[in-house]
Amino acid sequence: MEKKATRNGFGEEIIALGKENRNVLVVDADIGKSCKSDGFRKALPSQHINVGIAEQNAAGVAAGMATCGKIPFVVTYAVFGSLRMCEMIRQEIAYPKLNVKIACSHGGVTPANDGASHQAIEDMGVLRTIPNMTVIMPADYWAARKLTRAIAEMDGPAFIRFTRDSIPVIYDENTQFEIGKAHIVQEGKDVAIIANGDTVYLAMEAAKKLAEENISAKVVDMHTIKPLDVDAVKDCVEKIGKIVTVEDHNILNGLGSGVCEVVAEMGKGKVKRIGIQDRFGESAPYERLLAKNGITIDGIVEAAKAL
Amino acid sequence: MKKKTVEELKAIAKDLRKKVVTMIYEAQSGHPGGSLSAAEFVTACYFSEMNVDPKNPKWEDRDRFVLSKGHVCPIQYAALGTLGFFPEEVLHTLRKEGSPLQGHPNMHCPGIDIPTGSLGQGFACAVGMAIALKLDKKSARVFSVLGDGECQEGEIWEAAQTANKYGLDNLTIFVDTNNLQIDGTTDEVMPNLDLGAKFKAFGFEIYEIDGNDMAQVVHALDEIRMHSHSGKPKCIIGHTTKGKGVSYMENVASWHGTAPNKEEYEQAIKDIDSDYSFK
Repeated sequence: MEKKATRNGFGEEIIALGKENRNVLVVDADIGKSCKSDGFRKALPSQHINVGIAEQNAAGVAAGMATCGKIPFVVTYAVFGSLRMCEMIRQEIAYPKLNVKIACSHGGVTPANDGASHQAIEDMGVLRTIPNMTVIMPADYWAARKLTRAIAEMDGPAFIRFTRDSIPVIYDENTQFEIGKAHIVQEGKDVAIIANGDTVYLAMEAAKKLAEENISAKVVDMHTIKPLDVDAVKDCVEKIGKIVTVEDHNILNGLGSGVCEVVAEMGKGKVKRIGIQDRFGESAPYERLLAKNGITIDGIVEAAKAL
Repeated sequence: MKKKTVEELKAIAKDLRKKVVTMIYEAQSGHPGGSLSAAEFVTACYFSEMNVDPKNPKWEDRDRFVLSKGHVCPIQYAALGTLGFFPEEVLHTLRKEGSPLQGHPNMHCPGIDIPTGSLGQGFACAVGMAIALKLDKKSARVFSVLGDGECQEGEIWEAAQTANKYGLDNLTIFVDTNNLQIDGTTDEVMPNLDLGAKFKAFGFEIYEIDGNDMAQVVHALDEIRMHSHSGKPKCIIGHTTKGKGVSYMENVASWHGTAPNKEEYEQAIKDIDSDYSFK
């Protein structure tokens, strides 16, 4: 199976967007090389700003540019693009609903050997709490390209999170994505697995294993956790009643929490959340870090059967 | 905008000061001290220096004004209301439910270019505006007011280095150096040392003046206009008096964010009318 990193999908699509619309800018904070905005800098130098190692300022500069009709993409690591810039996002981007995009690589525990300081396990949850924000995590290279384009075309603030490592390409050039609308990977009737990002592939593999045991699993790619596709969750509750959520993010306030909020208000349905177990990471291989938190194909299978 | 004389601008600043204390008195809430210290610069910008159109607040070619020390918005609101960005009677709704004149400025108010209120952030936005205007080859300029206390925020210096890197000669900041913040003098709370030397080290052209002397403010803005293509951002270190023009407020830290009672309000109007401290 072909493998590509989602950050590369962003790096390629942002160049296309910048060529089509000269108002599309990249605001880097020194780490463009590893966030894959480096190609944009080379291709479109006049649309590229590098503010240095100063993420708070990057957010403010982008906000000011957006008031002048620009569409700036602030590019950094997810841990900085959410937490270091957090209040600037709230005050200067989300509150005035400015057209600023925050496009971050190294989401979740993918910065594995860098250790806990660089692993972003709270980013999506923190930003989900801020009014007016859109929060997205694409599941593969093609989703990264399509959703990068989608946020460029929407008016308003958005956070999109990519990852470092190459992951299986599960979609193709013709797959369509809509912000705030779940992508149904496959239908099923016994259990629903709602995942996003790199874990969608794990969910698909888990569904295959479950099928071997005659358990029919629906797989939902919930790439947008805000605005959450509430109807898609309700549909899973009404028709199936059992949901496993999977994410490379703290189980608090991310995808699993969002799904649980819908389920709780419906007053029916069962959920098991798989994700980072509200604890900091460490330097270790990516797969090991996921496994320590139960984010594995077998972990999903077991959770699905236990419901 | 038609240039005004120093005397005309002094009269406008006096009118805006009265509006500021009236708004804060009526709201029984707000920040008079810093509003009064920044009055000369705000007046000179809005009534003489800047190209703005009250009937078209979002005009693409307008000069931008960013009040980075957002808590002193009463002085900006007074200027905007007097110029006709919104009906002047709206000034009586400061901090009231449903009013465009929020406790700290947001973009629901015509003429506000960016929300501020959390210190240290507006300046970075002003830098972003100045970069965007240059990218579009527009001649519009950006003016921003910073507090001296605000310069304790790290983001100020991140923004300053960016202004230098991108040669933002279309950006002018006024550091309202009144040496007071909530907990006391800036020297006590966190010494700023020589702010002019600091901004100079960050690549700015420095204009160090008495920020409550309208003639000096106008002169500095004239000089800055003549240096519009120097490739360097501009910084006016305006030495000011917090609470300027109101006898009992001057240099008293507690008037940072306190509203006057009826007696104090009447005294404030008398002081401003009699040009207290401007003789």
